[in-house]
Amino acid sequence: MATNVSTTSAFEEFETWKLPDRGQVGMACLIVAESAIFTIFLVAYVFYIGKSLSGPTPREVLETPIFYTICLLSSSLTIHLAGKLLKGGRRAAFVGLWSLTILLGGLFLYGTGQEWHRLIYEHGLTIATNLFGTTYYSLVGLHAFHVTVGLLMMSIVLIFGLAGRVGRNHATRIDVLSLYWHFVDAVWVVVFTTVYVIGR
Amino acid sequence: MFVLAITGTIFIVVATLLIYTLVKFRATAAKANTEPAQVYGSTQIELAWTIIPALIVVVLTVATARVIHAIQDAPKPPGALEVVVIGHQFWWEYRYPTLGIVTANELHIPVSEPSGPRPTFLQLMSADTDHSFWIPQLAGKTDLIPNRINELWMDPDRPGVFFGQCAQYCGTQHAKMLLRVSVDDPDDFDAWVQAQRQAAAQDESAADGRRVFETTACINCHTVRGTAANGRFGPDLTHLMSRATIASGAAENTAENLRLWIENPDAIKPGSLMPAMKLSDSELDALVRYMQSLR
Amino acid sequence: MSTEVMAISSAQQAERTWREALHEWVTTVDHKRIGLLYIGFALVFLVIGGIEAVIIRIQLMAPHSDVVSPQVFNRMFTMHGTTMIFFAAMPILFGFGNYLVPLMIGARDMAFPRLNAFSFWLNAFGGLLLYFSFLGGSGLYGAGSAPDVGWWAYAPLTARAFSPGSSSDYWTIAVLVSGFGSIGTAINLIATILCMRCPGMSLGRMPLFAWLYLTMSGMALLALTPLSAAQLMLLVDRYLGGHFFDTQAGGSATLWMHFFWIFGHPEVYILIIPAFAFMSEIIPVFSRKPIFGYPVMVAATVCIAFVSMSVWAHHMFTIGLSSYANSFFAITTMVVGIPTGIKIFNWLGTMWGGQIQFKTPMLFCIAFLFQFLIAGLTGIMMAAAPFDWQLSLSYFVVAHFHYVIVGGILFALFGAFYYWYPKVTGRLMSERLGKLHFWLFVLGFHLTFDVMHIPGLLGMPRRIYTYEPGRGWDSLNLIVSIGAFVQVISIAVFVANLLISYRKGAKAGNDPWDAWTLEWSISSPPPAYNFASIPVVESRRPLWDLKHPEDPDSRYE
Repeated sequence: MATNVSTTSAFEEFETWKLPDRGQVGMACLIVAESAIFTIFLVAYVFYIGKSLSGPTPREVLETPIFYTICLLSSSLTIHLAGKLLKGGRRAAFVGLWSLTILLGGLFLYGTGQEWHRLIYEHGLTIATNLFGTTYYSLVGLHAFHVTVGLLMMSIVLIFGLAGRVGRNHATRIDVLSLYWHFVDAVWVVVFTTVYVIGR
Repeated sequence: MFVLAITGTIFIVVATLLIYTLVKFRATAAKANTEPAQVYGSTQIELAWTIIPALIVVVLTVATARVIHAIQDAPKPPGALEVVVIGHQFWWEYRYPTLGIVTANELHIPVSEPSGPRPTFLQLMSADTDHSFWIPQLAGKTDLIPNRINELWMDPDRPGVFFGQCAQYCGTQHAKMLLRVSVDDPDDFDAWVQAQRQAAAQDESAADGRRVFETTACINCHTVRGTAANGRFGPDLTHLMSRATIASGAAENTAENLRLWIENPDAIKPGSLMPAMKLSDSELDALVRYMQSLR
Repeated sequence: MSTEVMAISSAQQAERTWREALHEWVTTVDHKRIGLLYIGFALVFLVIGGIEAVIIRIQLMAPHSDVVSPQVFNRMFTMHGTTMIFFAAMPILFGFGNYLVPLMIGARDMAFPRLNAFSFWLNAFGGLLLYFSFLGGSGLYGAGSAPDVGWWAYAPLTARAFSPGSSSDYWTIAVLVSGFGSIGTAINLIATILCMRCPGMSLGRMPLFAWLYLTMSGMALLALTPLSAAQLMLLVDRYLGGHFFDTQAGGSATLWMHFFWIFGHPEVYILIIPAFAFMSEIIPVFSRKPIFGYPVMVAATVCIAFVSMSVWAHHMFTIGLSSYANSFFAITTMVVGIPTGIKIFNWLGTMWGGQIQFKTPMLFCIAFLFQFLIAGLTGIMMAAAPFDWQLSLSYFVVAHFHYVIVGGILFALFGAFYYWYPKVTGRLMSERLGKLHFWLFVLGFHLTFDVMHIPGLLGMPRRIYTYEPGRGWDSLNLIVSIGAFVQVISIAVFVANLLISYRKGAKAGNDPWDAWTLEWSISSPPPAYNFASIPVVESRRPLWDLKHPEDPDSRYE
């Protein structure tokens, strides 16, 4: 090995070797995959704009959900702040902001449910009514499903948090979940723009 | 052939190099305990065998784009014949809107002279699932897709009978959705058109068969022009006897096959949408006689 | 210290009952065990898919044959395609990746061992669900059994109106569930490769195998999900009255085609790239030279990954897209041939100037080179859309893609089996049986798939349960079927070799092939923990450096 010329010794390599966090990478991959699924549903929605043979049109029945959108997007802020608080060791504040995040997300879901109730019972728009109905409920429903899963995961964290078992050492895992939540919000921005702004 | 020449040449060159390498650089007993020179790569060689294929691709794509455009965007000359093809599970409907003809399964088109071209322009539609119209000797294939209108043209330069079949899997009897195209000389074509335009022949000796036809469910699916039958679900039978085959090519058009078809379609084309009519023997015989009168 | 550990574990092994062994295998999260589960599972489905192919070939030996009814035949080709792609090819390639990637990068397991196990069991469940359709597919209407809509399940054939019963649902849900499993494994592979390489193994120093699996997994994330999305839409149509693909309500049949082929084309690259990985590891070792042009190989692979996402509509040349769309896809399809060709040239460059050893793994790789070359060239032919208007949907295309999948992927897989079997089991496979398997399979493969191009050129469409005599197809189909039977015999030889060598094969030791990547530095079979101490590497071929300290790779690359 005397003739071997290397710039760093093996020991130094070992000590300085730093690779990305696998939780973050894994979640990033999941986000890429989910983005592809949402893209396909968005493409179907856009493709079928104006092509329904009958039934209510978006312009006739949609009401822009500004308040609930603000709720959802603010929850991204609160979850981000909650993560910082946890890293700073402020457990109680973390639980508080975490709960607020869940509340805001829950409000968004409630708003979606309310809107669907109105669409179905007042305007007779169901998933089977026409192309608009099919693509609208599928797209918004897919998103709402992802919100629900996110809320479930956050509730599990909340339970552990209330039991005092979430600490600084869990910060990276909380970051991974936050990444998912930010993704869900970003998707809503795109869906909102497509359905309530462009598609009308 | 141009494409084949290029790909064939590429194959010969690369395969020769491969064989040469395998022979020249095989391990021998003499070199048993040595390792060959450990070469890691060569930028020049990599450039060479990137650029040359890229040039070949440029040539091929230009040639291809030209042909695509020439075929797909070909203008329709004024003398062109227009036919509407509607694909069904598992038969073909042909309508000639300008000539006032409706027929099924066997297409007649005129031959096209270079001096006075008379290509046939087909509009392809489907009543149910996807199908594909393919007569290899006359044209490439184009699909028939529900809720969509596709176009295909054929410019046959010699008369004859040409065969093909549905090329897009459409269900159980996809295999027997056969195509038969008769490219006719101009006189023959005109004669065929004239005959097809007539209403159904009225043959008194087949009157009892006609009664069977009109009183059982046949008229729900089939049309016989000039009678009460104007169903659209099954093939037009007005001039059934002008066709060489029945069941879209599944059987020859003989009395025996007609009888079998009506009695038990599954014996000829299991899974086709023609129901077994459950007629008595005498009704069946009469009906076949009526069918045979539809010249 | 390590001998004590090994002595303890072998003593424990002797005490296990079959129940305990089964429990271990079912609950394992060890990447090596999961890899073997994938491979075993895939081999079973490979045989089942093969039986379906044999049934097809028996039916098509002669015109107007009635060995099976049209309904059964249509189920056979649907199940054959679906099984081979989703339950044979994908799992077996993920299995090899699972087993080998951590070993090659000096890691002790995958990034997410429990996700790994979960992904496998999702895949297995999907396979079982698909085959349960033979029993349960009748649904409420008494119609249907196994799915019979073709493995692409084109709309509107899959709508309730044209597919009553539940057979189409079995296709949809089985493939959907196993798709989620595949996505899980793809995530796992990416996280493992990016986050768990041993010290010194920068991305530029990891084996090409790892690069290729990284690329393949990235593609899987972007390509499998459109199919999942489309299948969810199909379920909405079939169960909730939706109209995504309902042409009667203004829906579009071509939308399904776009979504399916946005998945379908990258999918075949997802299948071939691991085969490239096998080639890139085996050819250098048996040529006794490093891979020629490592950076170019990486670049070409990434190029293929990107370009292949833009070619999908070459499967749709006949559906009536505009001439501009057809030209675009013709061009991109031909462009993707360039990086693919570069890879063939690089393998050639690896062999050039080497000392080629014609052991069984290398024989399969050499056959791959010839066969993949031909397959690629027939692909270029069909990229010329006007040519494709004749060749598409005919037996020419069936011959082409079997040339890639059997002549390419399966041959590379056989090479991989013979090459890594000693590492997994500690014993070498029989060279004699290996060579018999090889030559028989070459004979059968070429009898079937060379000849199969001709009926396609003569106008024989695919997916037909019978054909008319006198079209010129009769004797050709007979020869094709005979080739299939020869392949069956060859596979039997292979399976026999797998089983016999397990007991009777020569002991392999750590490194029977004198190879250079990390998996050959540990025992055969590897210990459960893989590496007693995590290795530190300084070049692409750490074992070459160890064996040739006077001339290490680290001096040059």
